[in-house]
Amino acid sequence: MKPIMGGNEAVTSAEAAAPAETLSAVPFSGVIVNGISRRLPDDARVTLVDFLREGLGLTGTKVGCDHGQCGACTVLVNGRRINSCLALAIAHAGDEIVTVEGLAQADGPLHPVQSAFVEHDAFQCGFCTPGQLCAAVALLEEAAAGEPSAATPDIRIIGPISLTDEEIRERMSGNLCRCGAYPNIVAAVRAAGRGRLR
Amino acid sequence: MRAFTYSRAEDVGAALAARGHGDDVRFLAGGTNLLDLMKQGVEAPARLIDVSRLPLADITEGDGSVRIGALARNSDVASHPLIRRRYPVLAEALLSGATAQLRNMATVGGNLMQRTRCYYFVDPTFAECNKRRPGSGCAAREGRTRIHAILGASEHCIATHPSDMAVALAALDAVVEVAGPAGTRDIALMDFHRLPGTTPEVETELRPSELITAVTLPPLPFARRSHYLKVRDRESYAFALVSVAVALDLDGAGVIRQARLALGGVAHKPWRLEEAERALRGRRADAEAGAAAADVLLQGARPYRDNAFKLTLARRAIVRALTVTASLG
Repeated sequence: MKPIMGGNEAVTSAEAAAPAETLSAVPFSGVIVNGISRRLPDDARVTLVDFLREGLGLTGTKVGCDHGQCGACTVLVNGRRINSCLALAIAHAGDEIVTVEGLAQADGPLHPVQSAFVEHDAFQCGFCTPGQLCAAVALLEEAAAGEPSAATPDIRIIGPISLTDEEIRERMSGNLCRCGAYPNIVAAVRAAGRGRLR
Repeated sequence: MRAFTYSRAEDVGAALAARGHGDDVRFLAGGTNLLDLMKQGVEAPARLIDVSRLPLADITEGDGSVRIGALARNSDVASHPLIRRRYPVLAEALLSGATAQLRNMATVGGNLMQRTRCYYFVDPTFAECNKRRPGSGCAAREGRTRIHAILGASEHCIATHPSDMAVALAALDAVVEVAGPAGTRDIALMDFHRLPGTTPEVETELRPSELITAVTLPPLPFARRSHYLKVRDRESYAFALVSVAVALDLDGAGVIRQARLALGGVAHKPWRLEEAERALRGRRADAEAGAAAADVLLQGARPYRDNAFKLTLARRAIVRALTVTASLG
């Protein structure tokens, strides 16, 4: 095997056992960001959040702590929320990524979760809001799929999740808001959840 | 972050061949702990081998046991009906850890391999840490020890293992399946993590050339009555100060036939003694029984400057976890 600095190289058993010179690096696979195919960075050290912000100019996603503790960098990868500061961009070849910029069409209506945040005044400075929005969008999907949380009364019971305020707070605990807009964030998520049910 | 080369393995054989025996190579799965440590400068591998796409994420049933692929995400394990119904203590332990975002990234194998959150380990500006620099000393012993071990520590290291999942797996007698150049082998979960002794930098029985491929839960019908209690400084997204994993086999009169009891947050590995479980047999799951089990489990406990509270907390948490578990329908 012949690793390439920053290269995106796939190897199989047969290839790994073969002499290195017979290996050819697989061409860059792209990544889909908000529906558009993009080329991944050359430097393996680039985190996903830095690639989105610096490489693609999608500065909606924020770097807060850069250690997975604040949630400001939350994006959706293949529909699931993750901390993009703890992911290498290069490791996401072939994945579909949605950032806050991709929640609604450029000239279309806001995503229902965005509308709920506006209606319930669920932010002050706005720095954590992109991460809060992406987290809340995923939260509603997870609850609809029946995924339990630490606030679920009896996880042995498989079935629909009732999105109580306790559930919402627990499920949003990966997103800090230093302004302290939490009560209104909970209200916005609660409203968006009810809207989904209608 | 120091420069490294990155490659992605397409199957286990390729991953092992690419890995070799070197100590400057790391497997990358969810990355939630490894990349964080690389940013801190605690880890600086020359090569990363991305194993995250290997086909090892299935959760399957067989002979009453459940096999969890090493790359199953923490969130997928916690949500799986087999785990929720048969081993609720494991689902609860997973859901008590980290955040939804991190659980979506973190894998079962990575969870076992995560490093301690000892303040003096994760911050390289402290010169003394026998894990980071063997022989350099232990800054924690003279430092703030609120989160540190009360059991099984040594003069070389007083760190705790941070995993909730591992505590539940210990109570369930889980088995870790690993693949290496010579084939696969099984390691009992209770043997997987080591006590620090004189070599705290060697944290597990996994050899550098090996990769975790699965964790198997043996049949344990009474684990349907099991529970994980985690006590921490805030309600969510914090490591355990003390945690308790309990499973109880009760007769019709509520008397304990068999028990499983493991403690987290107190040592370099999950803490479980069969003697403590035997002390519960034939008793009701009440405060007296819990105190008796705690006496056995906490034998030899040695607190440091700031963590004597863990002795009291562990005793009370054991009683609470037992009584809650007994009350489950």
